[in-house]
Amino acid sequence: MSDVLLKAENLEVAFGGVKAADGVNLTLNKGEFVAIIGPNGSGKTTFLNLCTGYIRPVSGHVWLGDKEITRMAPRQIARRGIARAFQIPQLFTDHTVVENVMLAIASREGIWQALRPLDRREYRAEALELLELLNLRDHAETIAGTLPEGLRKLADVTVAMALRPQLLLLDEPTSGVSALERFPLMDTLMKAMKARGVTALFVEHDMEIVENYADRVVVWNAGTVMAEGAPAEVMKDPRVLENVVGVA
Amino acid sequence: MKRSALVTAAALLILALAPLALPFLQFVLTIAIAKGFAALGVALLLRAGLISLGHAMFYAIGAYAAAFMATTLGITDFALLIIGSTAISAFFGVLFGLFLVRYRAIFFAMLNLAVSMVIYALASKLYGITGGTDGLRVAVPTVFGMTLEKSSFDGLLYYTAIVLVALLGYLVHRYLKSPLGHALSAVHSNEVRLEYLGVSAWSTLLTAYGISAALAGVGGAIAALSIGHVLPEFAFWTESGHLVLTAVLGGIAGIAGPFLGSVFLEIVHTVAVGYAAEAWNMIVGIALLVVIFFLPRGLFGLFERLVGRKSTDGEPTL
Ligand SMILES: Nc1ncnc2c1ncn2[C@@H]1O[C@H](COP(=O)(O)OP(=O)(O)OP(=O)(O)O)[C@@H](O)[C@H]1O
Ligand SMILES: [Mg+2]
Repeated sequence: MSDVLLKAENLEVAFGGVKAADGVNLTLNKGEFVAIIGPNGSGKTTFLNLCTGYIRPVSGHVWLGDKEITRMAPRQIARRGIARAFQIPQLFTDHTVVENVMLAIASREGIWQALRPLDRREYRAEALELLELLNLRDHAETIAGTLPEGLRKLADVTVAMALRPQLLLLDEPTSGVSALERFPLMDTLMKAMKARGVTALFVEHDMEIVENYADRVVVWNAGTVMAEGAPAEVMKDPRVLENVVGVA
Repeated sequence: MKRSALVTAAALLILALAPLALPFLQFVLTIAIAKGFAALGVALLLRAGLISLGHAMFYAIGAYAAAFMATTLGITDFALLIIGSTAISAFFGVLFGLFLVRYRAIFFAMLNLAVSMVIYALASKLYGITGGTDGLRVAVPTVFGMTLEKSSFDGLLYYTAIVLVALLGYLVHRYLKSPLGHALSAVHSNEVRLEYLGVSAWSTLLTAYGISAALAGVGGAIAALSIGHVLPEFAFWTESGHLVLTAVLGGIAGIAGPFLGSVFLEIVHTVAVGYAAEAWNMIVGIALLVVIFFLPRGLFGLFERLVGRKSTDGEPTL
């Protein structure tokens, strides 16, 4: 029991007639690296939204460790140790990349330090180290809004990592990146997460990535978990082949 | 950094010396600084992408607080009056902010306008407290127990105002460079990300709103003591509009902008009233057009060129 990090139970939410979460159950253990796959519109992002308080379920529960976080606001959940990188990167577009990261670092200690500068030596050093780890060091001084799409996703991941989360949720981290760059990017991410002992849940469309990097894969379909298990096993499941792999 | 401190010091020195050459400027510049403080308050909120169309209410609250303390409460000390009015404005800023900073965009602008109209109406109607449409007279305060002539007090007030520009300007500068200050412009660029950092946009804005009300309050108190009379018109919506205009004209990227805008407008106003009363609106209109098209960072952009600094990252332009 003690190594369960995240537990979702019977989550339900609907938009109009669409059941974006239709009784979702999922358990995530500490240290795991779990992939979510599933067709477009099957509710993968919705699940991340539910876990982080961005939307509230009609029914069901989410626990982080033994604390229920179901109806908390995103900032409360963030403070409890879940960080998120978004399908569409969410950056402070007027700030530089390194400022984005430093703001995340500062917010870890609480932001109520009105008269000390954000740009202080220890924050900058930590931010640059993290940017180095994610191969963004050369873009530290670039205004975040002007980064190319692929790098913006990476910057978004860096910001999430800077929060030193227990759990990192990644929504298609490789989607803005060319096929050739995906593996190096995932290697970089894995290295960074292993170095920091982060548990991660990542939504991914690329099956090769899933097979190579996930300990476990969870298959989404029509707002619910259709199958889960080791990547090699799940990929043999005919329902998965038909519903997901064919489409994705 | 060194250079900008030098240019700022030079600008403050020019302010300090100007009345020696042209004595009539002392009153004009005192009022310019007073409104500059209020415009700085507006500029803070503009950094978060929020336009307050009612900020003159805090200017008026500061002014009325000074007048009320002096007349009804019998507080005559100059420093106490300024500190007290600032605190009272800040209090009302936080109080109204509790409700107002939940809103964004046009709702925020209009709700500020609405609250300021209520304040204006109260100032006009609560005769017993505010003196109604006649307003309140403010006697010349004492300074550490000394009674001064109006003219020497005005001089003292002017130099105190300049010192306050330097002091409060520096504090606001520090605030804007702090995580809390960066969070303020982050509300503008990505509120979702801010919340996902565990930072409350609401409390970030509430802090800024309280500070911006306090700044407007300092301005109001200076104006009240300088003019010696406060009127409901201080809270009128055209005054609020004027503050937004001042902030945009001056530029919101730095502390100096709103003061530059305010000094510019007050001097142009004074000259225009004397020589071509009907030209005032046209001059302001043209100045604003020039700024919007050629100086996106406002008059502050000129200041920056003087300092030789390139446009700074993370600082919003208008
Ligand atoms: N805020 C919302 N309002 C209305 N409908 C929504 C909302 N969020 C999601 N939906 C709908 O819920 C369904 C699931 O959407 P979701 O974004 O979770 O899918 P997804 O699996 O992440 O898809 P993709 O692979 O395209 O990212 C879709 O039909 C979507 O249109
Ligand atoms: Mg999605």
